Amino acid sequence: MSEQEIDLKKRRFLTNATSVVGAVGVGFVAWPFLSSWMPSARAKAAGAPVDVDITKLEAGQLVRVLWRKKPVWIFRRDATTIANLKTLDSELADPNNEENQQPAYAKNTHRSIKAEVAVIVGVCTHLGCSPTYRPELGAADLGGDSWKGGFYCPCHGSKFDLAGRVYAGVPAPTNLIIPPYHFVSDSLIRIGVDPKAS
Amino acid sequence: MDNNKNWIDQRFPLTKVWNEHLAEYYTPRNFNFWYFFGSLAILVLVMQLITGIFLTMHFKPDSANAFASVEYIMRDVDWGWLIRYMHSTGASAFFVVIYLHMYRAMLYGSYKAPRELIWILGMVLYIALMAEAFMGYVLPWGQMSYWGAQVIISLFGSVPVIGPDLLTWILGDYAVGDPALNRFFSLHVIALPLILVILVFLHIVALHTVGSNNPDGIEIKKNKDKNGIPKDGIPFHPYYSVKDIVGVVVFLMIFSAILFFSPALNGYFLEHANFVEANPLKTPDHIAPLWYLTPFYSVLRAIPPMFGSQFPGVVGMFAALLILIALPWLDRSKVKSIRYRSWPYKIALGVFVVSFIVLGYLGMQPVTPVNAFLARVFTVTYFGFFILMPWFTSVGKTKEVPARLTE
Repeated sequence: MSEQEIDLKKRRFLTNATSVVGAVGVGFVAWPFLSSWMPSARAKAAGAPVDVDITKLEAGQLVRVLWRKKPVWIFRRDATTIANLKTLDSELADPNNEENQQPAYAKNTHRSIKAEVAVIVGVCTHLGCSPTYRPELGAADLGGDSWKGGFYCPCHGSKFDLAGRVYAGVPAPTNLIIPPYHFVSDSLIRIGVDPKAS
Repeated sequence: MDNNKNWIDQRFPLTKVWNEHLAEYYTPRNFNFWYFFGSLAILVLVMQLITGIFLTMHFKPDSANAFASVEYIMRDVDWGWLIRYMHSTGASAFFVVIYLHMYRAMLYGSYKAPRELIWILGMVLYIALMAEAFMGYVLPWGQMSYWGAQVIISLFGSVPVIGPDLLTWILGDYAVGDPALNRFFSLHVIALPLILVILVFLHIVALHTVGSNNPDGIEIKKNKDKNGIPKDGIPFHPYYSVKDIVGVVVFLMIFSAILFFSPALNGYFLEHANFVEANPLKTPDHIAPLWYLTPFYSVLRAIPPMFGSQFPGVVGMFAALLILIALPWLDRSKVKSIRYRSWPYKIALGVFVVSFIVLGYLGMQPVTPVNAFLARVFTVTYFGFFILMPWFTSVGKTKEVPARLTE
């Protein structure tokens, strides 16, 4: 064997072929380990749709439910509130919902399927705090007579109206997010799933 | 490329280490099948460390949540079942590899001077590995985890005088429970792996200081050419690194076959009762440790209680383990390899292997009068191997050892 000339070309080919096969093997083994960091089936299940019964929800009353570990507000607006929403356009940054912060079926003044029932993700679009519900008209600390009810973020002072639209000149850049949701029946809302039609 | 190498070499002995331990580390040219298991042990160690790190990300070391979190890994975590079965199959594979590695040392006298320290470090590694495996087996908090821990830890309670207090101290409670699980978790994921890695490092440094033994048991360093290179030596890299790749491929084929087709291996790698959550009110019908601990468990059961205490059995069990450390000094033979040993040694080694395997088998079986009798017989032959070793290694005619490797 020692008499034989060393075939460097063949040796290089074998070295490269072994290395490539080895690298592919390492890649295949690495995949399960890397993908074990993705949300598990439990985490995905925790993101499942949430049903909320609004039979007992009074006008002006707000309930918070957890959907995908985020607070979602559901509250009932009376006729005055709905009427007031139309008068605020000049004070808002995006009164017509040009920014894509809501499903198409909520792209209206009241940003909801039914004008009287609001469903809003209660996370400030500035830095993630959950704003406080301030429905009282003319609250002195929020601008007096011009305050028509809304949400106030205690972290950095952002203000939103009762449709989750952001006021102009506050730190938050966009309106609050409207989650996908639909009415299973008149009194039952399913958050996380679009209406069948859309 | 060369510039980068120089830059590093001026700051860290990269080329020097590479040459001393791989490219210019001269190893006997006649390594055979038995020499695969050192590198395979490192492969399994790395695999256990990596799979262990990923399992720790999902496991909950809490007696209320541990079992459920393992099931969560098995069912809900992406590929969690694969990572967990790699880890559990890896534990048994580790012992398969280590037992073959140790048997190699006994076949070719690798523990004999000047390699006693390598053997001792290896034995400490082996004992640390047993502790590691035992504590790992407790973590899933199944029935076998719980009752296995109960039995093994009760052994410490049999120590005269301080036993009961020692037991409470180990458990941090008056029974196996949350504190024990929590501290075993810490030892299993941090303390023992750290010790294992350090010991492996020392084991290899000691090996590379004296050089590898070989199937002929001939010191290749006694025959060097004018450059100081052993005439019967070849560089570890590429010769043995390439040979070891073949071993790795074959090993991984067998390992994968078990991993994918029978990870519990019919109760040998994962006992059936461990798929039921720990229940302090009900002991499983049949309780045995995993296969790699059973030879010593058999010794424990074979020795009857004396003076109203189970302690002699515990002493016997640990003696069976620790007596292996004395091997380099019990062996008086002038030759190392089985190839040149006398007949009495060959017979004795055969008896030892049979004793170890039978004890291992009996340790998995329920105690019956016949089994108990057999366990006692083979406990005697097991210890006989060591006690009589100074005698049978000095009698009988050994073959002449050639000056150079034969193959």
